[in-house]
Amino acid sequence: MIPELGKYAGAVLSAYGVSFVLLALIVGASVWRARNIRAQLKDIEDRLKAQRSQ
Amino acid sequence: MTSIWEYANPKKFIDTSDRVIPALWVLSLGTLAIGLIWGFFFTPDDYRQGSTVKIFYLHVPAALMAINAWFMMLVASLIWIIRRHHVSALAARAAAPVGMVMTLIALLTGAIWGQPMWGTWWAWDPRLTSFLILFLFYLGYIALWAAIENDDTAADLTSVLCLVGSVFAVLSRYAVNFWNQGLHQGASMSLDAEENVADVFWWPALVAMAGFVLLFLLLVLIRTQTEIRARRMRALLARERMQ
Repeated sequence: MIPELGKYAGAVLSAYGVSFVLLALIVGASVWRARNIRAQLKDIEDRLKAQRSQ
Repeated sequence: MTSIWEYANPKKFIDTSDRVIPALWVLSLGTLAIGLIWGFFFTPDDYRQGSTVKIFYLHVPAALMAINAWFMMLVASLIWIIRRHHVSALAARAAAPVGMVMTLIALLTGAIWGQPMWGTWWAWDPRLTSFLILFLFYLGYIALWAAIENDDTAADLTSVLCLVGSVFAVLSRYAVNFWNQGLHQGASMSLDAEENVADVFWWPALVAMAGFVLLFLLLVLIRTQTEIRARRMRALLARERMQ
């Protein structure tokens, strides 16, 4: 299935490898931070709502 | 008809982007996968470049987004400067790390391609150098946002930096035309059919480009939502401390 890359196999595969790692890092970091901030904001809003209702 | 300025309302922006994001996940990853699989597995080698032509499907879309991400930041920064909409300033902030990663991919894949084709990883060629400076502008922009505590002051100063950096974004696109020297070739893809690569390379590259554009949009929407929530969180915490 893998195409015959010949003497440039190292260059081609490393270009794809580096790109996929960088894309995975930016996607992963964006999703992780989005979840983290959303959860923190919900905690704060719940806490303030509880304080107001006391 | 809905005015675009309604999306300057953070709640409206989050509600609308929440509806768009699931579809963008499918579209962006699907388009990217189709473009890259098509390019990697189902296109022939180039008669001069051999199999290194497959790097083209990553390098060109990443370079395109490296420049266009900066222009998106420029438009958002101008909206901030002129109309003071916080969402636009936060969208510019959200786009910067994505643009920086695209620039890094363009630089690294270019170096990996250049080593076997030009016999060197790097040359102080006009386009390569202007791309490196653009990368440094991205770093500086992100660092400036992080260094200033007041959001409005940070937005003002980073907007000015964005205006200055736009010169290098333009240079990195047109450096080959301005200075007809250096190793980097002219545009491989353009609206002028005579400048284009052969169709067999052009179509998968076009699909990969669409995938990169959609992925950029997806990440900017997710990250802008996060910046809006982080800003609200800081405001609530500040209000709590004052009580």
